[in-house]
Amino acid sequence: MHVRADAPTDTASTTTAAWPDEIFAILQSFDVRQVPYVPDAGHSRLIERVLACSTMRGIPLTTEEEGVALMVGAWAGGQRGALLMQSSGVGNCINMLSLTQIFRFPFLTLVTMRGEWGEFNPWQVPMGASTQSVLELSGIRVLRASHAQEVREVVEAAAGQAYNALTPTAVLLSQRLIGAKVFVK
Amino acid sequence: MSKPNLLDRRDVVKALLVNRKEAIAIGGLGASTNDITAAGDHARNFYLWGGMGGAAMMGLGLALAQPKLPVVVITGDGEMLMGMGSLATIGLQKPANLSIMVLDNECYGETGGQTSHTASAADLVGVAKACGIVDSRAISTMAEVEAFAVSMQDVATGPRFASVKIDAASLERVLPTRDGMFVLTRLRSDLGFAPI
Repeated sequence: MHVRADAPTDTASTTTAAWPDEIFAILQSFDVRQVPYVPDAGHSRLIERVLACSTMRGIPLTTEEEGVALMVGAWAGGQRGALLMQSSGVGNCINMLSLTQIFRFPFLTLVTMRGEWGEFNPWQVPMGASTQSVLELSGIRVLRASHAQEVREVVEAAAGQAYNALTPTAVLLSQRLIGAKVFVK
Repeated sequence: MSKPNLLDRRDVVKALLVNRKEAIAIGGLGASTNDITAAGDHARNFYLWGGMGGAAMMGLGLALAQPKLPVVVITGDGEMLMGMGSLATIGLQKPANLSIMVLDNECYGETGGQTSHTASAADLVGVAKACGIVDSRAISTMAEVEAFAVSMQDVATGPRFASVKIDAASLERVLPTRDGMFVLTRLRSDLGFAPI
């Protein structure tokens, strides 16, 4: 079973941290309506908020590239989206990310990082190490938040340039922020 | 190579769109997007020249954003096979205004006619049904195409899925614009959205 290194006693753990709620408030303020996601523990609180919200539709995907295509359709129909995924999912998106250049639509993705900062699972490391480069090679601007106090301003800046300037943007939420997983029997 | 008694893809798409009314039509990468063009250019046609596997998901995003408009995705067997997981995603969301029609020639016609999985193994209608798209039909006659065209206008009873076995003959290419920004802006404008 996987557990959080800092859960459940640390008050800064994912389940009690304020930053997922801050991200939710930012998505609401930008009138984001469709939130496609592949679940990740680091996004669990935000996903709960989205699924409980009457103005947003949380859309579980079978693979992350579905979310890129979905957001094109959403924008064609007048709605903004935001894609929630883990770093490994970025690799699944590569060809579909070409749509961000073809359609110049408002693309924002929030990526929880694995494969860094105390990672215990070697299988997460290769994709985690290339996540930022893959995004940048695909024409996506990358911002990073490593501490809880900076999440709000980083995500606000990312949402602003994605939705107001149609600049495709990813925010990497560091494993340092979300807490490294540990493996226990 | 042609088999007898298979439908002509251009006839199928023309019958689907001849009385389209307010419908938005998305053409998947490959010959399907040409078929939509051959049926007549339209402000609500959305032509894809890439993003293989993404057509059904674009349809879902559009259908959720515009629930009062019929949205139809017209794509090929190869494109649908690549996005097969999206049938599970659509089966879960159940957008009542979304229809998907696969033009199944059992091969990759654009790349030399290599045999696809639907020729002898994969049953896309069965997949769609098993993913929760209850109204999933195998179509083999023009009368069934015309009935699907009527039901596609009903934005309260979808999602629906159909696979039509079509003749694999390559037809004269009727190419739409390759400019994604043009088709996107034209569609958004037709739906009443101003530029940013």
